[in-house]
Amino acid sequence: MEISLDHGQSKARTPERLLRASGLLYIGLMILVPLIVILQDGLRQGIGELIHQVTLPIAWSAILLTLWTSSLMTVINAFMGLATAYTLVRFDFPGKRVLNAIIDLPLSIPTLVTGVMLVMLYGPQEAIGRFLLEKLNIQIIFAKPGIVLALLFISFPFVVRNIQPVLQDLDQTQERAAATLGAKPWTIFRKIVLPALIPPLLSGSLLSFSRAIGEFGAVVIVAGNIPLKTQTGAVYVLGAVESENRLGASAVSLILIGIAFSVLALANLVHKHWGSHK
Amino acid sequence: MNPHKKGLGAWVIILLVVLYTGVLIIVPIIALILGAFSEGMGAVLTALGSSVFLEALWLSLKIALLVVAVQTLLGTIVAWIIVRHDFRRKAFLKSLVDVPFAMSPVVVGYMLLLLFGRNGFLNPIIEPLGIKVAFAAPGIFLATLFVSLPFMIKEMIPIIENLDRKQEYAAETLGASSWTIFWRVIFPQLRTALIYGMTLTFARALGEFGAVLVIGGGIQGRTETTTMYIFRSLDERHFVEAYSAAILLGSFSVMIVLIADWVKRREEKRQSQGEVVERV
Repeated sequence: MEISLDHGQSKARTPERLLRASGLLYIGLMILVPLIVILQDGLRQGIGELIHQVTLPIAWSAILLTLWTSSLMTVINAFMGLATAYTLVRFDFPGKRVLNAIIDLPLSIPTLVTGVMLVMLYGPQEAIGRFLLEKLNIQIIFAKPGIVLALLFISFPFVVRNIQPVLQDLDQTQERAAATLGAKPWTIFRKIVLPALIPPLLSGSLLSFSRAIGEFGAVVIVAGNIPLKTQTGAVYVLGAVESENRLGASAVSLILIGIAFSVLALANLVHKHWGSHK
Repeated sequence: MNPHKKGLGAWVIILLVVLYTGVLIIVPIIALILGAFSEGMGAVLTALGSSVFLEALWLSLKIALLVVAVQTLLGTIVAWIIVRHDFRRKAFLKSLVDVPFAMSPVVVGYMLLLLFGRNGFLNPIIEPLGIKVAFAAPGIFLATLFVSLPFMIKEMIPIIENLDRKQEYAAETLGASSWTIFWRVIFPQLRTALIYGMTLTFARALGEFGAVLVIGGGIQGRTETTTMYIFRSLDERHFVEAYSAAILLGSFSVMIVLIADWVKRREEKRQSQGEVVERV
C-alpha cells in the first residue's frame, strides 16, 4: 500500500514541476525581462546622465505636474471615497444600489473613453465648457483641472472599495456605548470609526496615487500635449519616444516606475501590517 | 447609530456623495451619449459601419481573444503555483504580478520597443526568423498581454486558496489520476471565477490604448485598434466617428463586466444557500 502511494506521488510530481516551470517562465519573460531592459537602458550612461535628463526643464515640469495633480486627486479621492463608503455602508436611501453599481464603472470604462467623455462635456465648443470658460473663466480641457478630473474619474473606486469591507465588519458595540453615554455623532465618528478606517483609507489612497502616476489614455485627450503647461510624465515619454530621444524617454520612464512602485509597495505594506482584517 | 434614523448631517453627506458621483461619473457618460447622437442615429450607424472602423474593431477583438486564451491558461497556472507550491522568492513572484497595475501604459509600450524596436535587444534573435514585432500585430498582442496580466491571477488566487482539498484527497485515494482530479473535482469549482477573470481580462484588453499606441504605431489598416481609431478620429476632428466608436467600446466593456458580475453574484448566492441547506 505504502509503495503504491509513493509511486502515485512521484508520478504526480513531473507535471507539477512542468506547471511551475511554465508559470515562472511566463512571469519572468513577460515582466522581469522588460523591467531589466529598461533599468539597464536608463542607467546605461550612469546616474549623472539620468539626473541630467530628468532635470531638463521640460522633463522636470512634466514630472512635477504628474506629482501634484496626482497628489491633489489623492486628497480629494481620500475624502470623497471615505464619505462614499460611509454612506453606502451606514445609510439607507433610495437609489443606494444604483450608486453602489456606479462606483465600479470607471474600472470597466477604457481610460481613453473617459478622456473622450470629459472633452465632450467640458470642451471649449460644448455648452458647459463654454459657459465655464466665458462666464467663470475656468478652463478645464487642455488645462490642469482637466487632468485632475480625469484622474479622479479613473481612481474613484480604489478608496471606496478598500474601506467598504472594513467598515462593514466594524463592530458597532463601541459606537452604541458611546452614543448611550451621550457622545455626538461627529465625536463618535472621529474617535471610534475613523481610527479603524485609517489603514484601508491610507492603502486605498496610496493605490490610487500609484495608479495616477502613469495614467495616459484619459490624460492625453483631456490635457493635450503642451510642454511646460499640461504635459504629464507619461505624455512626455510618448513625445520622447516619437522624437527618438531615447535617453529622455528611458530616464523619465524610470522615474515614473520608481515613484509608482515605491508607493504601491507602501500601500501593500500598510495593507499587510495594519491589516484590513484584524 | 441606527442606520434608519438619520439626522440632517446624514442627509448632507448623502447629498454630497450623490452629487459628487453624479457630476464626476454620470454627467460625462450622458454627455458622451448626447454628443454621439447629436447628428442623429444615422450618422452613428454610418460611422460604425465604415470599413476602417470595422477593421480596427476586428483587430481589437482578435487580439483580445488571443490574450484571454493565454491569460486563462498561464494566469491560472501562475495562481496555482502561487497558492499550492513552495519555492524560494515566492513573495518576489507575487510582487512581479502586481507590476502592470503600477506601470504607465506608455512605459510598457516603450519597454517593448527597447526589446523589439530598431536596435532592440532581442532583434538579433527575431530578425533572422523573419518575425516583426514592433509596429505589427505581435507587438500589440504582447503589450495587451502585459497590461492585462494581473486580472486572471488576482481573481484565481483566493478561489484556489479556498478550494476544499478534502475532495481532492478523496479522489486521489479512490485512485483518480491527477488529470481526472483536475477536470472532475477542481475545474468545476473554478469555473465561475474563470469566466469572471476572462471577462475582466477581455474588457481590459479591448480598452488598452497607451501601450498599443507606442508599440503599434496605429498604422491604419495594419495596426490600428479600436482605441487608436478613436484617437485618430479625434485628431482629425472626425468627432461623430470618434464619439460613436467610444460609446460602442465603453458600453460594450461595461455590459460584459456587468453580466460577469451578475453571474458571479448568482453563483455566490447559490453557494451560500447550499451552505445553509447543508448546515440544516
